Amino acid sequence: MEKNSNSPLVKKSSSIRPATKKNLITYAVVVAFFVLFQTLSATGNLKNAYKALLVPICIYVIMAVSLNLVVGVLGELSLGHAGFMCIGAYCGSFFSVLTKDIITVTWLRFTLAFVVAAVAAAIAGILIGIPVLRLKGDYLAIVTLAFGEIIKTVVNAIYIGKDSKGFHMAMSTAGLGMEPDGQVILNGPQGISGTPRNSTFVIGFILVMITLFIVTNLMDSRTGRAIMSIRDNRIAAESVGIDVTKYKLMVFTVSAAIAGCAGVLYSHNLATLTANTNNFGYNMSIMILVYVVLGGLGNIRGSIIAAALLYSLPELLRGVRDYRMLIYSLILIIMMIVNNGSFFVALREKLKFRLKNKKGAAAESKEAV
Amino acid sequence: MALLEVKNLGITFGGLHAVDDFNLTLEKGALYGLIGPNGAGKTTVFNLLTGVYKPTTGTFFLDGKELKGKKPAEINKAGIARTFQNIRLFKNLSVTDNVKVGLHNNMKYSAFEGVFRLPRYFKTEKSMNKKALELLSVFELDSDAETLASNLPYGKQRKLEIARAIATDPKLLLLDEPAAGMNPNETKELMDTIKFVRDKFELTVLVIEHDMSLVSGICEEITVLNFGTELAKGKTETVLQNPEVIKAYLGK
Amino acid sequence: MKFLSQLISGISLGSIYSLIALGYTMVYGIAKMLNFAHGDVIMIGAFVIYTACVTADLPPVIGVLIAIVFCTVLGMTIERFAYKPLRQAASLAVLITAIGVSYFLQNMALLIFGSDTKQFSSVVSVKPLRLAGGNLIISGETIVTIIVSVIIMVCLYLFVNKSKPGKAMLAVSEDKGAAQLMGINVNAMIALTFAIGSGLAAVAGALLCSAYPALSPYTGAMPGIKAFVAAVFGGIGSIPGAMIGGILLGVIENLSKGYISSQLSDAIVFAVLIIVLLVKPTGIMGKKLNEKV
Repeated sequence: MEKNSNSPLVKKSSSIRPATKKNLITYAVVVAFFVLFQTLSATGNLKNAYKALLVPICIYVIMAVSLNLVVGVLGELSLGHAGFMCIGAYCGSFFSVLTKDIITVTWLRFTLAFVVAAVAAAIAGILIGIPVLRLKGDYLAIVTLAFGEIIKTVVNAIYIGKDSKGFHMAMSTAGLGMEPDGQVILNGPQGISGTPRNSTFVIGFILVMITLFIVTNLMDSRTGRAIMSIRDNRIAAESVGIDVTKYKLMVFTVSAAIAGCAGVLYSHNLATLTANTNNFGYNMSIMILVYVVLGGLGNIRGSIIAAALLYSLPELLRGVRDYRMLIYSLILIIMMIVNNGSFFVALREKLKFRLKNKKGAAAESKEAV
Repeated sequence: MALLEVKNLGITFGGLHAVDDFNLTLEKGALYGLIGPNGAGKTTVFNLLTGVYKPTTGTFFLDGKELKGKKPAEINKAGIARTFQNIRLFKNLSVTDNVKVGLHNNMKYSAFEGVFRLPRYFKTEKSMNKKALELLSVFELDSDAETLASNLPYGKQRKLEIARAIATDPKLLLLDEPAAGMNPNETKELMDTIKFVRDKFELTVLVIEHDMSLVSGICEEITVLNFGTELAKGKTETVLQNPEVIKAYLGK
Repeated sequence: MKFLSQLISGISLGSIYSLIALGYTMVYGIAKMLNFAHGDVIMIGAFVIYTACVTADLPPVIGVLIAIVFCTVLGMTIERFAYKPLRQAASLAVLITAIGVSYFLQNMALLIFGSDTKQFSSVVSVKPLRLAGGNLIISGETIVTIIVSVIIMVCLYLFVNKSKPGKAMLAVSEDKGAAQLMGINVNAMIALTFAIGSGLAAVAGALLCSAYPALSPYTGAMPGIKAFVAAVFGGIGSIPGAMIGGILLGVIENLSKGYISSQLSDAIVFAVLIIVLLVKPTGIMGKKLNEKV
């Protein structure tokens, strides 16, 4: 992907002290949001329809922040982020259903589900990271898209069951050949049902904070600088001894692991988990990419606000029912043109220049007095 | 033993000998010039020495260690750093951070220590900042430490590239047209800085330059390239008097 | 026989992918953007034909012609209002805008036609061909699709390589700045590219919905994505690449449906794509790009 340094999409990042301040503001925004809505919902002032939005908002915030690590910080376009979420959702649910009767301590089981999902998604991240090392720009984008679609298709085609003889895997229910005591856990297109619904707004909030902690601290460290140097100029980064392969793989792995955790949050918020185009397909990957781009590449706080706002927007527009997605798409197009169109960029420059002159003049007149 | 030993280095692009049979021996502490008309293959030599291109023939050694076929990052770790003709800074990073990326392999802590803010993070970051500022002040960039690299004026961008290269603690520094776009005063200043850093950081410097005042001002010896081959080589004053060289530059 | 019939229907499906992929690849070559909304233009084209032929009861040929005109105008309109203001912007900004346009077209269709799937009546009235004593039946749709695609591809190839505006388009895709200095109207060429690509999309829509008669606002999305994959497969920006990529994709998809698993056919198509790109990172006919240091 060609990087345009003058593009307002690329937000600046600066050294330690301002960065710390910026991160603190971000944490504050998240905490304030949490306190506000937690209070509203505890005091019964939040409509159920809105209450149902809280966990998904956390999920998409986490997705957007982790995708921003790949797209905004490393500078590689990925259109398959939902694939990692899918892996996390399925592995997490699989684990929880399997251990529901063995591990009865909910928090322990749920924590372990996150660990299992993060590891599984991280392995997938390494797998997709390998082609990343050979491909660039739009070719990479299409490979990540293909990868996401493969995951979605495969989870829809396999059946996994467990009986007294152990695990069985097949391409159909009949193919499982289970003993009568067996239980089908992953049931092809019917997905996984019976996942304990452990996801709550509080857990979502904690996960958002952990994600923020990892991503912002990583960005503001030796590792983060190396990653951003690859984004800004790969050849120069290599010339000062940065191991491009290592850092690209690291970013894909970390980002995938976080997305996997978002998947666990997702699957433990539903009675039945299935994979379709809208939750784990490229549509979802693209939706998250939209959050990241509108929030600003490399701008973590921007991703959070954009994800929370844009996810709830169609819900808030429910009043206008049939027109809501139409309005949403128009808002998207207009925002992109106003933010990036040459006419509007020139207009902004002009206004900025005028404002600066005015300020300068004011300062001068002050001095004169 | 010589610091850099280049033997019969050559590369062809689709039948064209971009560089052919290039030989060079640099002693430690040398300040050597590489000149020649446009398209003579000077930058290609740099790209070969830094692993951007793989040589078709020949090889080269730094401090006796063969570096042919190594990746750019490995070659940098072995002790060769460079600047670029068309400036390549990390545009969205601050001036300090650009230098700190250069310090990446010399001052380390793991990603884990960085994320969880363990003591080594704070200790290393502190000494990194100190070292970066020290380097920046050599190039009079310390007042711009927090500026975004892309917001620096052209001349300062060239200096920042040199500072970033030196931050990797190289033995050999390759400068690709460091004075391009500078006025005579700035060039004069740059000449002093190059000599100063050569002594201060115990560097050996190989410089490509079109500005003859810089070449004759600081380079003890030079090689002239033309059409990828060596045209002349030796003491700067003598080579610049060579009628072949004058012909290559003036076209007749 | 089974293999042959799978192969032929694969080529037929592949020809449709090729027609769509041509739109992607030409736009990419000239405007350096991924026009994500291209798949939805197909869907709009099919809805226009549906309205003309089923609702207004016009003959199929007229319906297709109306759809071609409609989509051509639609493509140029989209380019003028959504993409042209972003000519200088980062490519990611343009990509997101294209996604916005895609949402817009889908939801527009949803508002007008509703979300239920319409039964599309085939625009083809050619009788199926029976070969090998009735063992091999090739449907009329398949025959027409292959013939129409070949004709279009030959015409397009001649247009781009022999005609003056075609050569101008090639020049713009090589180097916009230099083309402009040579007196070529770059904006007009980009508009022309969108017009041709969208016109082809209408034809693809007609053929696609004749072969697979279910029509909904989301009909264009998946074939669009697959054609996009085909374009990358062949080397995005390359016109012969798009043709080859599309046909290969259709054949692979059909053969894996027939011989491996119909559920996994999409996964297989995408896996082959990944492998091809790993071996040849710029696609089958793609040019190798070297960054100048």
